[in-house]
Amino acid sequence: MDLRKLPANNLKRNAGRTVLLVVLVALLSFMVFGGSVVVTSLQNGLSSLEARLGADIIVVPRTAKSTTDLESIVLEGTPGYFYMDDAIVDKVAARNGVERVSPQYYLATVKAGCCSMPVQVVGIDPETDFSIEPWIARSYSRDLGIHDIVAGCNITGAPGSKILFYGVECTIVSKLDETGTSLDNAVFCSSDTLKDLIRGSQKQGISVLADNDPDSIVSTVQVKVADGHNVSDVVDDINLHMRDVWAVQSRAMTSGVADSIAGASTVIGVLFASLWVLAAVVLVVAFTMMGKQRRREFAVLRVLGASRRALSGVVVKESLIVSAMGALLGVIVAAGAVHAFGGTIESALGLPFLIPEVGQLAVFALLAFVVAMIAGPAASATSAMRLSRVDIGQILREE
Amino acid sequence: MALLELKNVYKIYGDLHALDDVNLTVDEGEWVAIMGPSGSGKSTLMNIIGCMDKPTRGQVLLDGKDIANESSRGLTDIRRDKIGLIFQQFHLINYLTALENVMVAQYYHSMPDEKEAMEALKRVGLGDRAKHLPSQLSGGEQQRVCVARALINHPELILADEPTGNLDETNEKIVLDLFRQLHDEGTTLIVVTHDAEVGASAQRVITLEYGKVTSSHGDTSFGKAARKDVV
Repeated sequence: MDLRKLPANNLKRNAGRTVLLVVLVALLSFMVFGGSVVVTSLQNGLSSLEARLGADIIVVPRTAKSTTDLESIVLEGTPGYFYMDDAIVDKVAARNGVERVSPQYYLATVKAGCCSMPVQVVGIDPETDFSIEPWIARSYSRDLGIHDIVAGCNITGAPGSKILFYGVECTIVSKLDETGTSLDNAVFCSSDTLKDLIRGSQKQGISVLADNDPDSIVSTVQVKVADGHNVSDVVDDINLHMRDVWAVQSRAMTSGVADSIAGASTVIGVLFASLWVLAAVVLVVAFTMMGKQRRREFAVLRVLGASRRALSGVVVKESLIVSAMGALLGVIVAAGAVHAFGGTIESALGLPFLIPEVGQLAVFALLAFVVAMIAGPAASATSAMRLSRVDIGQILREE
Repeated sequence: MALLELKNVYKIYGDLHALDDVNLTVDEGEWVAIMGPSGSGKSTLMNIIGCMDKPTRGQVLLDGKDIANESSRGLTDIRRDKIGLIFQQFHLINYLTALENVMVAQYYHSMPDEKEAMEALKRVGLGDRAKHLPSQLSGGEQQRVCVARALINHPELILADEPTGNLDETNEKIVLDLFRQLHDEGTTLIVVTHDAEVGASAQRVITLEYGKVTSSHGDTSFGKAARKDVV
């Protein structure tokens, strides 16, 4: 027998107590890892949303403001549509302070072979676009040809496969990274492709545009404000001089989402921090109570010649084993839970939710591991040191 | 030659004199029983001799060295190197086998030696129970493991606190026989007991009352001269 295995023997032969401690430490690391991932996922969702807003101002039909959920259609790709005359594009471009404009087109499919739910199709003008293309370029750097589409990550079909929208066969040329929003269920194409899809819908008699020419409509105008001009001033100028449209500052559109995310992050952060503190307190109490249970054992070891330091060493080694097992379990369970229930969390919160990349997850896992590896041994070592100072003779005489 | 000498030892808790001017000498190889009613100071005396406590004042000379003013670490070293302790409640580590319980004493003393630990268990008649946990052993067997553990580092002094208090007659006899063997081999034994029979087995009985040594009488059955310590 190797007595360096004393701590392992103790843990093995007191399985119930060991399991309880492992579960407590697992809870602790679950809180640290799970809380960090959830809060960061929300913040990533917001960053992802903002990163796609290359435009300073978005101009939409004035009627869209009251009849649709503008923010979710424009920002998050929720299926929906609205249209206005394409002459608006030149008029907006002519306003003082406007540097660049680019039209966008929306079409929501009723059903498509790829998906069980409606899909938002977003058309861009490759000649003028400055807001969507830089984002798409991360996945697909070439020009979008006719009937080429870039698909959100949830759209079924690999690059090269075909999808039929309103009888028009399109080719998936690339798939986008996950955004954590409804944009994951959207597809992007050139304005020419989108107009073909509108024509296809007209042929099938299911378009709201039966009386309109697809070549003369746009859904939104993306505006880039020239340097030296105030965005709010340009917004006011457009709203004052153009009656049929409504201009909105992009940042203002995301501010609601940002506020919600900040609020949710705070609530979730406080919740996880509270649960973490609770778990840490329970852990300290558990180690202390177990230390008290073992006071006779510690006294015997002291009688046999174990120094206080040696005694603490045995206890710390035990708690390091327990903490390592618990931390590993907690991180694995938390990672599994976030992966499995990320969608549920997103729907429950109604906010963009983008799980961090592997590198960042590894950092959080390490953090959770380190916190658990410090909390458990610190709690048990403190308890052991305190117990080693008590009257050995008194303890050994107790019945 | 005196192995242990207590000179004017007091242990005072507030107004209570748990030990009141105790003077005592135990020679090398002697078997001494300490007896007395509850509250007489037996346990306090045992704790001081066993280096688990320090007197309020006085000298405690073990092997010529005064341990009364030793630091906690110093007492731990003396306890480990010179004293073997046997308890009424056995105090075995419940998650270690009989053999491991003996080896753990070796571990903190010097080096674990399984063969030697096994020999110690065989000596107390537990060679075939070495791999058993304390919960799988009877009270008598646990006490014998405790004796083996106390002996394993060849201490100069064996200190036993009510060693037969939790044993039946058969096991009491086995333990007393073991003590006799140790005494015959020259080991110094101090046994704190209530049991008159255990006291009668000793070479000399010291009686404590209200913290004072009231008598110290030799037992002629050992054929040694009766002695009387300072009261």
